[in-house]
Parts: sequence; structure tokens; C-alpha cells
Amino acid sequence: MRPSSLAFALIGAGSAFVLASAVDARLGVARAEPALARKAEMVRELGLTDLCLFTEARYTRHLSQADLHTAFQDHPLSLDHFPSGSLVPPRRTF
Amino acid sequence: MQNWIEKQRHLVDFTLASLARRKGKNLGLLAVYAAIVFSLASVLLFSHSVRREAALLLADSPEVLVQRMVAGRHDLMPAAAVDKLKGLRGVQTVEARLWGYYFDPVAAANYTFMVPTRDAPPPGRIKVGPGIAATRGAGAGDVLAFRAYDGTLFSFAVAGTLDSESALVSADLVLVSEADFRTFFGVAPGLYTDVAVSVRNAREVRTVAEKIAKALPDSRPILREEVLRTYDSLFDWREGMMLVLLAGATLAFVIFAWDKASGLSAEERREIGILKAVGWETSDVIRMKMWEGALLSLAAFLLGYAAAYLHVFYFGAGVLEPVLKGWAVLYPAFRPTPFVDGLQVFTLFLLTVFPYTVATIVPVWRAAIVDPDLVMRS
Repeated sequence: MRPSSLAFALIGAGSAFVLASAVDARLGVARAEPALARKAEMVRELGLTDLCLFTEARYTRHLSQADLHTAFQDHPLSLDHFPSGSLVPPRRTF
Repeated sequence: MQNWIEKQRHLVDFTLASLARRKGKNLGLLAVYAAIVFSLASVLLFSHSVRREAALLLADSPEVLVQRMVAGRHDLMPAAAVDKLKGLRGVQTVEARLWGYYFDPVAAANYTFMVPTRDAPPPGRIKVGPGIAATRGAGAGDVLAFRAYDGTLFSFAVAGTLDSESALVSADLVLVSEADFRTFFGVAPGLYTDVAVSVRNAREVRTVAEKIAKALPDSRPILREEVLRTYDSLFDWREGMMLVLLAGATLAFVIFAWDKASGLSAEERREIGILKAVGWETSDVIRMKMWEGALLSLAAFLLGYAAAYLHVFYFGAGVLEPVLKGWAVLYPAFRPTPFVDGLQVFTLFLLTVFPYTVATIVPVWRAAIVDPDLVMRS
């Protein structure tokens, strides 16, 4: 087999995988739709406001409900010391 | 056309043979290149997926939430204020809510206690989120004990656990009855955590929020669109943070790749000289080097992207998980839904394949237009 044939076959297989991943993503979203609907229903029923991503502090658990001065909320020199605090953007007006 | 294809195939054959002569160096370059694409693609795929899921789920969160503020801190809302909200024009429903945080020293984790407005469990019983069920090893019928605000031990029978597929929104939830919540946290009757307000006309949400702020000057209305914006900017920011962290590695690679692609080694220079001497045209030499750049960068993109797709959507993004977890003990075990932004993938493809391919051409062109004899002698 010529090296070029092998190279093109491998590139073709890789490209086919990327295309297949697009189809897989579409099917995956379709498969996840009932679960997403159930989750959305739970959000509506319980009136949830936030994703349960960072449970380490109250202001990181409910980001959208946190005080406006989160970083200094316990006392004026109380800098944020939770790692996820660095993953949360500061307010635009800060 | 057939001739042209055959010529290109010969060029590719020759390019691959040339690459194989420096096997170690080129395989190393391919591995590092693919690893960079893998990291960037993982961050982009994960962030986009969670951002889309957040937008879909939180689209059903309360339209307006009203919190009472005292000295800049969130405080309990009296029933009189709730009644005041009911009387505002444009307001459709008003639901006073009870929820709060509890630090469980047994698991060293924070829980969110909440009283559902509909179908609340009967007193003495709770429903727990999948995160708590896993951390405390609790299932339906078990008894969980928590220490109340006054130090007394409170035992709750677990009536059931929330569906594990909903972990992204419910991992740390404890659903309790109103009576239990008030006794457990010492919240007097007639006081609430906050109020969820729905508005008759969706276009009037801002106007109603202004009315609320005027009627209850010590309150802070939070609109659903602000909640959605918070999550949108959260993932933009986090994606940015991750990309900044990766920027060092990416930059080092760019310098390395640029050096490799744009600077020719003495061996490569001699090779070009010999090719010219045996009759190759300048355009053929450039084409050959273009094939080298294109094959290498395309292979790196395909390998890196495929690995990133499997990593994020089939292996739960294990590499990114520690960054997301922070110090949280309870973290939702969830597999991101494969929402893929085609434009994002295409941009990544353009940024990874084209610059490298183009970078290979300039020095080759420079070397290829010089007299072969001079190139071989130098």
C-alpha cells in the first residue's frame, strides 16, 4: 500500500469520526430531551434559580441570589477564599 | 485531472517518507499539537454544553424573585410585605418561599433545605437530592439526623430521593415540610425567605420590578433574565479563565511550532537543494512542504478534537472536573448533554490547521528560490 493511500485513509477515518460526532451530538440531544424536560419541570415546580455547581459557600451555591458585595460580605477585609469564587466573574459595575 | 491527482499523491508519498526520516521529532510535535487541540476543544465543548443546558433549564425559574435586604444583607420577608406585593397591578401570582442553607458536619458539606410550594413531604419526612443520598448513603426508609438551630437533634425519615438525572439542579436539596423547616431553623410564622412573583404580561416584567422596588424600598427584585445572564457570563468567564490558564502552554507551542515550521534545519535546506538540483520546480517544493504542514496539522486537529469529544461527552470531562469542583464536597455527577456549536468547532479548525500550514510555506519559498548549488554548499 502506498504511504499516501494510508495517510488519506487515516485522515478520512478521522474526518468521518468528526462528522459522526456531529450526528452523535444531534442524537444525544434528542435522547436527552425527555430528561431535560423532566429537569425543567422540577425547576418550575420547585422554583429553582441556580445550578448546583459550587456548593462550598452560600454565595457560590446560589449565584444569582447572592449579595451584591459577595467578596467582602462577612467583614470589610474578608476576601473571597473559595476556589470557585475565582471562577465566578465580578459584577460589571465593580 | 488524473495527472494532477497522481502528482499530488507522489508528493504526499515523498512528504511522508521525509517525515518518517525524522520520526521522533515529528511524532513528538504531533502529540503536543494534538494535546493542545484536545485541551482547547474540551474547554469549548464543555462550557458550551453546560451553558446551553443552564439556559434551557433556568428558562423555567421564577419570573421575579423579591428578597428583603437589611444593612446590605439578605433578610427574612414579613407576611405584610407579601400581601403588599399581591396588591400590585400587573402581578399575577405571589408565592412566599422558605429555603435556607445547612452545614452538615458529618459530610462537611452544605445542603439547601427547601419547602416545596406544592406536594411538600409530610412533617417528619424529607426528600433528598442525589448528592446527599450518595454522600450520606441514604435511601428511602432511612433516617437522617441533623442538628437544629438550638442544638437539638432532629431525625427525619427519608421519604425518597430525587431523580439522579436531575443532579445538576438538585444534588444538594433537602425538601421538608413548612412546619419542620420553621422548627428546625427557628423561623417564626409569618416570615419567609423570599417571594416568587409571576407577571401577567411578560413584556411588563421590568415595570412590575420597578413597582416592587418602589412599594418595598428595602427589597431587591431579581429578574429571570438576570439569572440567565449570570449563568451566561459565568461560563464565559470560566471558559476565559481556563483559556488564560492554557494560554501559556498554547503560546509555548505556537513559538515551538512557528520555529519548527518557519525555520528550516540544515538537513531540510540540503534536501530542498538536492530536489532542485535533480529537477524539481520551486512550486513542487512548496507544494510538498504545504502537504507536510497540512497533514500534520489536520491529523493533530482530528486526533485532538475526537479525544476531546469522547472526554467531555462519554467520560464526564474528568480532566476539567477538579477545576469545577473547587472545595465543594457535593458535586453533581452529571454527563453533559452533547450540545455542540458547529461554528466554534469550525473556528477551532481554522485556527489550528491554517496558521501552521501557511507558516511552513514562507521559509521553503525563500530556500527554494536560491540557487541549489549555494543551498547545498551552505
